[in-house]
Amino acid sequence: MRIPPRNTQALAVTLLAGATGLTLAVLVFVIVFILGKGLPVISLGFLFDNPQEMGKAGGIFPTLVGTLILPLVAILIALPAGVGTAVYLSEYTGDNLATRIIRFGTDCLAGIPSIIFGLFGFIFFVTTLKMGWCILSGALTLAIMVLPTIIRTAEEAIRAVPAGYREVSCSLGATRWETVLKVVLPNALPGIVTGIMLSIGRCIGETAAVIFTAGASLRLPHSVFDSTRTMAVHFYILAREGISNENAYGTAAVLILSVLLVNSLSYWMMNRFIARRTK
Amino acid sequence: MTDAVKISNRNFSVFYGAIQALRGITLDVLAHQILGIIGPAGSGKTALLRSMNRLNDLNPNCRVEGQILLDGEDIYQPEFDAVRLRKRVGMVFALPVPLPLSLFDNIVYGPRLSGIRARARLNELVERSLQAAFLWDEVKDRLQTSALRLSGGQQQRLCLARVLAMEPEVILLDEPCSGLDPISTSRIEEALMALKSKYTIVLVTNNTKQAARVADTTAFLLQGELVEVGPTDRIFTAPKDQRTNDYVSGRFG
Amino acid sequence: MALAFTALTSLLLIAIFIFKEGVPFIARVGFRDFLLSSDWRPQAGHFGIYPMIVASLLVTLGAMLVGAPLGIACAVFLNEFVSKPVTRVIKPTIELLAGIPSVVYGFIGVVVVAPLIRSQFGGPGLSMLCASLILGVMVLPTIISISTDVLASVPNAYREGALALGATRWQSVHLVILKAARSGIVAAVILGMGRAIGETMAVIMVAGNTVQVPRSALDSVCTLTAKIAMEMGSATGPHRQALFAIGVVLFLMIMMFNALAMTAIKKRFAGK
Repeated sequence: MRIPPRNTQALAVTLLAGATGLTLAVLVFVIVFILGKGLPVISLGFLFDNPQEMGKAGGIFPTLVGTLILPLVAILIALPAGVGTAVYLSEYTGDNLATRIIRFGTDCLAGIPSIIFGLFGFIFFVTTLKMGWCILSGALTLAIMVLPTIIRTAEEAIRAVPAGYREVSCSLGATRWETVLKVVLPNALPGIVTGIMLSIGRCIGETAAVIFTAGASLRLPHSVFDSTRTMAVHFYILAREGISNENAYGTAAVLILSVLLVNSLSYWMMNRFIARRTK
Repeated sequence: MTDAVKISNRNFSVFYGAIQALRGITLDVLAHQILGIIGPAGSGKTALLRSMNRLNDLNPNCRVEGQILLDGEDIYQPEFDAVRLRKRVGMVFALPVPLPLSLFDNIVYGPRLSGIRARARLNELVERSLQAAFLWDEVKDRLQTSALRLSGGQQQRLCLARVLAMEPEVILLDEPCSGLDPISTSRIEEALMALKSKYTIVLVTNNTKQAARVADTTAFLLQGELVEVGPTDRIFTAPKDQRTNDYVSGRFG
Repeated sequence: MALAFTALTSLLLIAIFIFKEGVPFIARVGFRDFLLSSDWRPQAGHFGIYPMIVASLLVTLGAMLVGAPLGIACAVFLNEFVSKPVTRVIKPTIELLAGIPSVVYGFIGVVVVAPLIRSQFGGPGLSMLCASLILGVMVLPTIISISTDVLASVPNAYREGALALGATRWQSVHLVILKAARSGIVAAVILGMGRAIGETMAVIMVAGNTVQVPRSALDSVCTLTAKIAMEMGSATGPHRQALFAIGVVLFLMIMMFNALAMTAIKKRFAGK
């Protein structure tokens, strides 16, 4: 017997809507669960005190500092390289062997899991270059990890700059480079910033690539050659070694809030950027 | 002085990939005149115009043959600096493209690139070029607002003023009035007539009447070939070539 | 523009340094003994990673059984059955899933999912099943966002054509649109697999980490990534080289997945 198409349609839509609902429910559950258990732990003292007994008691201040500094240094390193690549790919060359190889390399890099970045950072920066576990080792590793994100978002933003702007600039006597500097990059800025925000979000949440390169010291770092511990690493150690569930929830709540904040900010900027472009 | 040759195209061809857009054009542009270039869409008008300030260089698929001389010098010689060429040969595009900057910054974009920094000099350039483009009275009180806020006709006059501020020798215009209403069009035409005493002007237009109104000399292009060139009056009243006759009398295109 | 080659250089450096540590080790131990032996006792000089390979593949497969249907269903629903404004709210919300750090997912696995499995099905709780469920959720954003892009790029004419022939919306989706978007969705799933097999911290927390070839989904398993991350801190000498050798195997697997996904995407554009 044939089921009427109208009924299969109703059944299919119900299933599809159910799947979407389930996905949203999981998301809401994760966030509500962590915030529900973690928010009561958070206080000014929790945020700004030093941890005691490996984090069993006290606050998370040094990890907060580590979480701020590490992504920042990583972005400072990745930004010139990433935007430079994007400019090269979109402004200076057509589709040739070099750009195809670069694009292929970028795509491959994007697919590499963070544990491989951790292994590499450990053997290259920490061991071979004898930099030891420190902020710089971690930041260099993270910089390589977020490079594809920065390249892609920057390239997309640069391509979205109207060709007319480039022609006008050149016809007014600007060189290619002056055109890039004065017209292309300023107009691609919102897109580039979106890429930066996404990258920062990824760095904040990263554990595997950080723990083997920046180490896990709970002391406040004095320079980029000191080891540091980010919130994500701190949370992992607290939870994994069962040091303190309460502080683990608190740390997780701060972690989630910062990632959500950074990501929402980047979505907001992206939408504003798209809105401006289509106006 | 009126008969001096400013730009000379000699057996000049342009290829975009495998497509030949211009076939051996030989055409002189006289100083202090308006040369009108007419022809149906796809006849190579724009390709010719963009060759005269080497804007085609931006297109990696583009290849040229032949020579274009500016004051007797071949602009396609390797040692000829394209950036300096574009400062001498300005261009106004079909659609007004104000850069997303203030009116003031749009106009001083070129001069600043040439290293002019003094505020007084920039102010003077802005006022003079806006007046020459018949735009000064409409915008003098809002030079710091975004150029994107102007109307289409004002934007195109801004683009003209922006070119004038570079103090070029030649101005190329690529169908500058194609998107404009009749009143804005007449403003632009008025400005061009006033400007030709100081500059050499090449005006590409798909509006034959516009060429008849403002051009001293008119050239007719068809499928990448120069069919006929001569004084505007003669081209419109007694063309030698049947195809020119068909086109100017509106039989095709 | 030497800057432009940073990404490429980094990729090469990564490959060179990991292979330099790992490949000589594999050559010394022997290809077969390394990949196909189940004996992992670093102190005794036995380095067989067969159980880890099996565990990684099975956990990934399990994650796909959870993530692929759910993710594709979400993408189809959002793209074909929901009005644009609603999608504009729901899609970024779902993409926030991607922003939640993997350690947080792992933690949820430990405190919520594992106890549930233990009480409902028995076993240790921290198991292949638990890892598959958690990873299944973690790959959702990858699968959903790529699939939505692919579906959005199917020309509207296909939809209108199918509807004009009297198909219901659902018929137009499963008879026409999914066929047109097939290779792109395959690519999305393969990229999701790449993410799942490479995931580390969440898996360490929930998989139990016993080196064994599992006999049921409730058994504790240890994946390739978990082995590397857990022992990296303390390993020296051949033991450390062995961990890099695991990195080589992982690297090659991921590259294979990427190559497959790229071929699928290429095929899609070639077919147009």
